[in-house]
Amino acid sequence: MTQSSVARLASVTHLYGPVAALDDVSLDIPAGCMAGLIGPDGVGKSTLLALVSGVRRVQAGAVQVLGGDIRDAGHLQDCNRRIAYMPQGLGRNLYPTLTVYENLDFFGRLFAQSQSERQARIADLLQATGLAPFPDRPAGKLSGGMKQKLSLCSALIHDPDLLILDEPTTGVDPLSRQQFWDLIDRIRRQRPQMSVIVATAYMEEAERFDWLAAMSNGKVIATGTPAEIRAAAQQPTLEQAFIAMLPEAARRGHKEVIVPPRQPSDGPPAIQAKALTRSFGDFTAVDGVNFDIERGEIFGFLGSNGCGKTTTMKMLTGLLPASSGQALLFGETLDAGDMRTRKRVGYMSQSFSLYTELTVRQNLELHAELYQLPLATRAARVTEMMTSFDLADVAEERPEALPLGIRQRLQLAVAVIHGPEVLILDEPTSGVDPIARDAFWQHLIGLSRRDGVTIFVSTHFMNEAQRCDRISLMHAGRVLAVGTPTEIAKTKGTDSLSDAFVAYLREAAGPEAATTATQAPHGQDAPKNGGGFGRMWAFARRESMEILRDRLRLGFAFLGPIILMLTFGYGISFDVTDLPYAVLDQDQTAESRTLLEAFSGSRYFAEQAPAASTAELQARLRSGEIALGIEVPADFGRLLLQSQRPEVRIAVDAAMPFRAETTRGYLQGLALSYMDDQIERTYGEVIDTSAANVQTRFHYNQSFKSVFAIVPSVIMLMLVLIPSMMAAMGVVREKETGSIANFRSTPVTRLEFILGKQLPYVAIAMISFLTLLVVAYGVFGVTVKGSVLALFVGALLYVLASTGFGVLISTFTKTQVAATFAAAIISIIPAVNFSGLLVPVASLSGGGRLIGLGFPSAWFQQISVGTFTKGLGFADLWQNHLALAGFAVVFIAASVVALRKQER
Amino acid sequence: MKQWLSNIYRLGLKELRSLRADPVLLLLIAYVFSFAVYAVATGAKLEVVNASVAYVDLDRSDLSGRIIGAILPPEFDTPKEIAASDVELMMNDGDYVFVLVFPPRFEADVLAGRQPSLQLNVDATAMVQAGNGSVFLQEIIAAEINKFVARDDTETSLPIDLIVTAQFNPNLQSTWFSSVMQVINNVTILSVLLTGAALIREREHGTIEHLLVMPVSPSEIMLAKIWANGLAIIIAAVLSLWLVVQGVLGVPIAGSVTLFVAGTVLYLVSVTGLGILLATFTTSMPQFGLLALPVLVIMNLLSGSTTPMESIPVWLQNVMQVAPSTHFVSFAQAILYRGAGFDTVWPDMLVMAGLSAAFFIAALLRFRKTMAATG
Repeated sequence: MTQSSVARLASVTHLYGPVAALDDVSLDIPAGCMAGLIGPDGVGKSTLLALVSGVRRVQAGAVQVLGGDIRDAGHLQDCNRRIAYMPQGLGRNLYPTLTVYENLDFFGRLFAQSQSERQARIADLLQATGLAPFPDRPAGKLSGGMKQKLSLCSALIHDPDLLILDEPTTGVDPLSRQQFWDLIDRIRRQRPQMSVIVATAYMEEAERFDWLAAMSNGKVIATGTPAEIRAAAQQPTLEQAFIAMLPEAARRGHKEVIVPPRQPSDGPPAIQAKALTRSFGDFTAVDGVNFDIERGEIFGFLGSNGCGKTTTMKMLTGLLPASSGQALLFGETLDAGDMRTRKRVGYMSQSFSLYTELTVRQNLELHAELYQLPLATRAARVTEMMTSFDLADVAEERPEALPLGIRQRLQLAVAVIHGPEVLILDEPTSGVDPIARDAFWQHLIGLSRRDGVTIFVSTHFMNEAQRCDRISLMHAGRVLAVGTPTEIAKTKGTDSLSDAFVAYLREAAGPEAATTATQAPHGQDAPKNGGGFGRMWAFARRESMEILRDRLRLGFAFLGPIILMLTFGYGISFDVTDLPYAVLDQDQTAESRTLLEAFSGSRYFAEQAPAASTAELQARLRSGEIALGIEVPADFGRLLLQSQRPEVRIAVDAAMPFRAETTRGYLQGLALSYMDDQIERTYGEVIDTSAANVQTRFHYNQSFKSVFAIVPSVIMLMLVLIPSMMAAMGVVREKETGSIANFRSTPVTRLEFILGKQLPYVAIAMISFLTLLVVAYGVFGVTVKGSVLALFVGALLYVLASTGFGVLISTFTKTQVAATFAAAIISIIPAVNFSGLLVPVASLSGGGRLIGLGFPSAWFQQISVGTFTKGLGFADLWQNHLALAGFAVVFIAASVVALRKQER
Repeated sequence: MKQWLSNIYRLGLKELRSLRADPVLLLLIAYVFSFAVYAVATGAKLEVVNASVAYVDLDRSDLSGRIIGAILPPEFDTPKEIAASDVELMMNDGDYVFVLVFPPRFEADVLAGRQPSLQLNVDATAMVQAGNGSVFLQEIIAAEINKFVARDDTETSLPIDLIVTAQFNPNLQSTWFSSVMQVINNVTILSVLLTGAALIREREHGTIEHLLVMPVSPSEIMLAKIWANGLAIIIAAVLSLWLVVQGVLGVPIAGSVTLFVAGTVLYLVSVTGLGILLATFTTSMPQFGLLALPVLVIMNLLSGSTTPMESIPVWLQNVMQVAPSTHFVSFAQAILYRGAGFDTVWPDMLVMAGLSAAFFIAALLRFRKTMAATG
């Protein structure tokens, strides 16, 4: 491999199911320059970058990066250190609840930088990117442009040799975009040896790159400098060149977007905003916005990220009530509850918000029905939508499998299926490639000019803004300017709308946004030894900060167990008392009353109103009102006096066998004491008739009170259910939000990652354990009779096992919903039924016993009950400790095996 | 009205499709209604079964042998002999719940009428078995001693003939109880988790926003979730009753399954409503999971489906009246075990209907408020 190429792909093919994302691609990407990948969505740009960065496993072909084979584990680890990868999506690899500084600090720790080094680097980077004034702002509250700058900072913190950026400026406003590229240029000037590979959908950005590879349909169709590519296609701009180079099939149907002039209409404006304002707490997102949009007009809405565009649009759809001011639709005040207005409006939100589990056709049908299209024309309308939005070929596919451009077309089709008069579209083309965008605009123009639909659309693309009848510029909750694109450009004395826009924003933002170029970070030092512990600690620290900021979750984690211990301590008891019973006394003699007094005097039984007939007794037993019915026959007294052993019938409700069994025991005891009573009456003294005594000694719990057995068991339950569920979210949440990329693209190992994820939950569980001890002692007076140390060590091992179990679940589930379910449902049965909580493990049979012993709960139950009530220590319980340690090791090891460092 | 119903129907179909598209969830539903029911019903029994007994025989007489020989399955495991010095150790380890100690010269003392003492050691931490098991053992011991000394029967027997009949489950088989109760507990768990998660998923994916700009009202969205998830659960529950409880486990069902299904529908409305209500208090799955877990555990353990309602303190019994599970368990026990009819169970059904309405309205109010609050 020559020095001049940073990555070399040879016959690389990558399949997702039957679909080839990359189809036999061979490519040399030059080193030490800005290399760009251009092409529409779904052509394999992201896959290619993921393969080069090592976050995805190579399926077929060879990938050489930084002078070595990426499939070689040793070289991959080296690459993880030398490559920085910024995944697609706004701030996808950032942690929204962490502040700007904390995010960067986390990445610094991943690369084992010392405290002083991190501080210096972070200060430099923040200065260079203009983020210096906001080190304490949570990343989730940053605007899109700022998020991308922060993301870039986190990529640059370890001075990478290769910087890989996957569509870094998609969805970012022009000013931020310009600042972003200026920043990259400055950094490259300072570190000329660094190679940069970028994928982008903005052709005007690609013009400034040193080298380009144009891709289409999993293949590279052209490489070279922008000038070479333009020259080869004989087109003036890169965008046109790209379209010209496409194979005929992909280009078909593409034509220049021409906006016919609008016929002015009369009547009230379709949309009016009058001093519209919306505040969230003390933050004013939209501040006194005014504008009128006429019928049939295409009204563009431009502004930096987070300037209040989305909030304004949500107020116009009625999704958000305005704090003050008015929104009018067709001259009438917007009433969110009015179903008639809703039928006149179509809305398309910024992110994809259709049902991914329904097919394209099913999504359309659902909306047709919800919008109450007449049954007769419904099917026809669905077909019409599929034809006019070119969806017929993908009708039976699910949206998640489709490229973004097609998904957005589907969203638009859904938004217009009911023929609305007003369309509100929030960044509908963000992330969509040029051809698909043009096609999308053909539809919009058709809707406006042909059907007279009013369109209110926000965008970051200047060529789209140019097509609008009028546009408005928004910044920090206020409208800066409204007018036709030409007018707006003129006010700033320029021909270019883009320049005018940037000028407006610079003016409005003041000096604050101006980035100051400083010395970019420098200073090389080899990663120190012991980086492994540091990386694990970085993940543990980050996870802890996230939990500590989620007050609700933290509160539930600590309060839940305490509430459960209180309810169980007071509520669960196997001391059955006050069994309701009713009597049918057909005898009504002194003898029968004596017998019945034995019942009414017992604390085990509670007398209810007497019954009048056997049938009534039966009915009341059946309804569950009484637990036993006593029937004394008519001649009871006479027979008793004649020593003829009269019968007394007692029917016990055995629906709940445990209660019935206990009741039978009580009845036996009651009969015996009745007999003693009778003997005493007959003979005048108590005669002990038994041949031997049985001395029953209840060990460990002399008073035989349930609470002494319940409290240790509740601790056993709480330390498995809650920690496993919390830990189960750990990995799967990162998968869902996308920050798992940080694990894939940095030198952190699987074990470090898993332990780092697990440790905070171990700490939480141990604190919860201590609070439970306090409650056990303070409220129930239950103390640890045996070795406190044995209990503590047991709890620690148990919690390591239960959180390990949670992490294991989260390595193979895909969604948080599934992880919650799996953790709760899989752990609850062995913990409640087979752990010795209800039935001693020694009495369990067959499968139950195996399930019990195959789960940590049964082992900790021994330790918990042993130390609390039996007064035991390590000497008696060490096998249980050993078993728990074994579980912890097995679960963690299984998680390490199940978790893949590279995506498939 | 017609449109309202049609929207609920349509949105519900969508819910069912979502459910069908999630194989992990389907697998878990199948697991809880089949294997889990079977394992719990056959594995963990609340009555005295297989209780572990050991003995120390310092007498080695005919009588001690007879007593040991009378301790039989299924209530007790065959007793194992252990050394006197091991009693404490083995009980500490939880190896045996009961340990009998026959003193030296036990038989001789019995015959001489010296009323010797036989020691029965019970591990009182084994809550469920300790109480009833010791009563049984005492019964067995007394009977064997009586037979052995062969006294006149009439003298020791009771002056009355106490005929105790166990109704609705004559052999006191706990499989009958725990299988059905496990189905009920699973209905509770799944209803709350499925509907709550369905709402949170829509919020996290932004689809709820999409629904709210359409001519669809929150009550339609909620009712659709209730009927669709409820339907899936009720089908699973009824199949579980037929195939697992009646089929595999051979538990007879006394009352009308139709009436049971009617009551289950009421119950499902209330618990799915509760699931939505809980979901409106949280913003993410981790929060929802942590909130739902204690609620579910309390609803299941204190509803009378695990421990007898009578043994719960009265104030807590009163609190538990707010939980629909308490009424459903009472309803289900009446129908499925005792064969009760509508005339008996209507009060429980009325309360469940009331609770359904209350949860639904509370959830609806919260729904409107929280959806407006999210920016």
